[in-house]
Amino acid sequence: MLKVKNLVVKYGVINAVRGIDLEVKKGEIVTLIGANGAGKTSTLNAIVNLVKKSGYVEFNGVDISKTKTHQIVQMGLSLVPEGRRIFINLTVEENLRMGAFNNDDKFEELKEQMYNRFPRLKDKRNQLGGTLSGGEQQMLAIARALMGTPKMLMLDEPSLGLAPKIIGEVFDIIIELSKTIPILLVEQNAFAALKIADYGYVLENGQITLQDKASNLLGNDEVRAKYLGG
Amino acid sequence: MDMQIFLQQLINGASLGSMYALIAIGYTMVYGVLRLINFAHGDIMMVGAFLTYFGMESGLSFELAALLGIIGAAIVGILTDRIAYRPLRDAPKISLLITAIGISFFLENLFTVLFGATPKAFKAPEYITKVFHIGEIYLPISVIIIPTITLIILAIVLYILYKTKYGMAIRALAFDIKTVKLMGIDADKIIMIVFMIGSALAAIGGIFYAISYPSIDPLMGVIVGLKAFAAAVLGGIGSVTGAVIGGFILGFTEILVVALFPELGGYKDAFAFFFLILVLLFKPTGIMGQDLERGRF
Ligand SMILES: Nc1ncnc2c1ncn2[C@@H]1O[C@H](COP(=O)(O)OP(=O)(O)OP(=O)(O)O)[C@@H](O)[C@H]1O
Ligand SMILES: [Mg+2]
Repeated sequence: MLKVKNLVVKYGVINAVRGIDLEVKKGEIVTLIGANGAGKTSTLNAIVNLVKKSGYVEFNGVDISKTKTHQIVQMGLSLVPEGRRIFINLTVEENLRMGAFNNDDKFEELKEQMYNRFPRLKDKRNQLGGTLSGGEQQMLAIARALMGTPKMLMLDEPSLGLAPKIIGEVFDIIIELSKTIPILLVEQNAFAALKIADYGYVLENGQITLQDKASNLLGNDEVRAKYLGG
Repeated sequence: MDMQIFLQQLINGASLGSMYALIAIGYTMVYGVLRLINFAHGDIMMVGAFLTYFGMESGLSFELAALLGIIGAAIVGILTDRIAYRPLRDAPKISLLITAIGISFFLENLFTVLFGATPKAFKAPEYITKVFHIGEIYLPISVIIIPTITLIILAIVLYILYKTKYGMAIRALAFDIKTVKLMGIDADKIIMIVFMIGSALAAIGGIFYAISYPSIDPLMGVIVGLKAFAAAVLGGIGSVTGAVIGGFILGFTEILVVALFPELGGYKDAFAFFFLILVLLFKPTGIMGQDLERGRF
């Protein structure tokens, strides 16, 4: 579904991503784990061309290395960005409307689906996005991405700053979604991510140092020492 | 000053304020999406007025000529973005600002070459300029028409901004351009719409100006543009309602200063800026302003 080859991201003299390869197949949850500053966000942003990059990216058999961000999203590759990036000056429903910008016909239907899946969003539909709690904002960010009926979803640290109970809810949603679309999940919460993932990549200083089946990584001594707290 | 003259001046103030308001909306909307003080915006107003004049000189009716002016100005506005600003999306804001000043000089000089520097008389139709009276107050019909149309336009702009998906995208863009792109939205297209709306409204403001001071020249946009910019900042840059409020406040102040202290009439332009400084001292974000930097990448 998604193939990345020799991806490089530089910010001036900083080499954030130094030529990585990764692949997400249909039906998979793939996770990319790594410490702060390892280059996870840069990788996701580079895939959708939100930052300058070099390298090759293929989505659904199509070369999207040079495709503009909004066109990549229209093709069905959606990113739930780090920090959720809710439009805080728009209401919950308007946020959903933005997610469905190119999906006019399905807006009402999808909206009801989202309200069923995330009942708290329904209660707060006319509230400004900025007034939601962190957990609600994360739900909204996911719902907003789903309003575009993506063919694949990338999530950048969806558990960031959330209470354990809410993290559980978010991961349940990700598992649920993975039944219909492949998922590339970036997480610092490596344990939780590897537990639900099929395959995992470990990113260190912009390079992939380890990749394997998620279950193998969970048992790997190095991973345990570095990312799973021993 | 007696009540009647006061009322008369109040109405004149509303009419002048309308022009500032219409031009200020463009400043504030472009600032919202690009963080650019579009110094060429006052000249877009001049382009609108001149194209209308040109249309009438070529034998079009006033209404058709005005339409030509509005559409023409919208196209010029879109082209300035497409040709001059879009290549600089990722450049430092100061480069954008200098480019805007360059566009401003270019338009002023282009229209001087095309039409000459001498002011042209603008002949609005009778039904707009005709004088009517209520009791002792004598006024041209335009001072009623202008604020009325302005308020209708404001209602339409607010409708677009708050009820249509394009308007929502404009508001979203003001906070976060990258996330707008992640919604599958072509941000450049939304910015184009902003230039189109802003320039069309500036042209309407320019036509109103030409009707009220029935003469136009290629530099007419400079000082009016600056004052409309002051109105936008006064109202809170980024806020459309604020721009309109700021425009009307400036219009009223200017007219009333002249009416109450005729000996200060020569300083009326300075008052706009004095007022601006005064308000910003107490409320740096302007009357309706919010902190636009929140939530940006
Ligand atoms: N816009 C930028 N300009 C300059 N350097 C940047 C920029 N964005 C990221 N970096 C640098 O690139 C490197 C990788 O950052 P990135 O955000 O991709 O890491 P990350 O793995 O997502 O980290 P975190 O877990 O903290 O989110 C870091 O050294 C960071 O400081
Ligand atoms: Mg990150």
